[in-house]
Amino acid sequence: MREMILGKKIGMTQIFDAEGKLIPVTVVEAGPCIVVQQKDTENDGYQAVKVGYGGIKEKNANKPHKGQFAKAGITPLRYLREVKVDDLSKYPLGHEIKADVFQPGDMVDVTGVSKGKGTQGVIKRHNFSRGPMAHGSRHHRKPGSIGALGPNRVFKGKKLPGHMGRDKITVQGLEIVKVDAEKNLLLIKGSVPGARKTLITIKKSVKS
Amino acid sequence: MNDIIRAIESEQLKKDVPDFKPGDTVRLDVKVIEGTRERIQAFEGVVIKKRGAGINDIFTVRRVAYGVAVERIFPVHSPRLEKITVLRRGKVRRARLNYLKDRIGKSARIKDIRR
Repeated sequence: MREMILGKKIGMTQIFDAEGKLIPVTVVEAGPCIVVQQKDTENDGYQAVKVGYGGIKEKNANKPHKGQFAKAGITPLRYLREVKVDDLSKYPLGHEIKADVFQPGDMVDVTGVSKGKGTQGVIKRHNFSRGPMAHGSRHHRKPGSIGALGPNRVFKGKKLPGHMGRDKITVQGLEIVKVDAEKNLLLIKGSVPGARKTLITIKKSVKS
Repeated sequence: MNDIIRAIESEQLKKDVPDFKPGDTVRLDVKVIEGTRERIQAFEGVVIKKRGAGINDIFTVRRVAYGVAVERIFPVHSPRLEKITVLRRGKVRRARLNYLKDRIGKSARIKDIRR
């Protein structure tokens, strides 16, 4: 199983490491994630646990979710996600997954929803080059040719202007710098997708 | 700033940092790691820039030794910086003393503050 925890991005800062180097870190409030449901091969065809994270007012909780929480005997939480596990007995209902599933030095993959940029042109969205601004080129920030005449259509996936950002992004191979299980904090080296306060999924790196 | 981030930063801040400004002459006790051994090396010069606040507080010290100018940049709260001693307070009229780079000898001097 890949260790996994849900968290909330708090923001970025810097920290001095053991050598006295100043390194950039993202502070993530990670967990506690509570096991709400177990899924087994008999009933569901695969083995997984459903975990919940984040406080929510009782009245704001989603009704179908409320039913699931009531069944497990847990006060409603904001987010529900599934994790595949090998051994279900390690994760009984109500079991808390805390930030100490990770140790400093671990490599992790972090998934989040990136900041929305709205409608953007090809230069910002796809890193196209700009045309000459002078000498009457009249071709400043345009996409240029979008294909041959022959096919009588524009091919799917052609890079054009449009909505940018708010995509699900995974950044691989980030290093855990510090773990504070008491305060539910993880310090991850470098930046992490998304705005502050957004939900973030931290998994043990596939490449570690 | 977020309370959690402030707590993380304040843990690392030094409490005994002297008040110094651009134009001041300072002596820095810098920890140098040589293999497994650690020793302290002094670096003396004029503070020519200071920027940032909190953990991001950074300053530049310029020293002319044997005709070669050396500028080193340090974070104020770096654990590698053992001690900052202010030797002289300089009287300057700007925050960035880049004009010192173009000067040598007598004209590169900075007047002391009279008190």
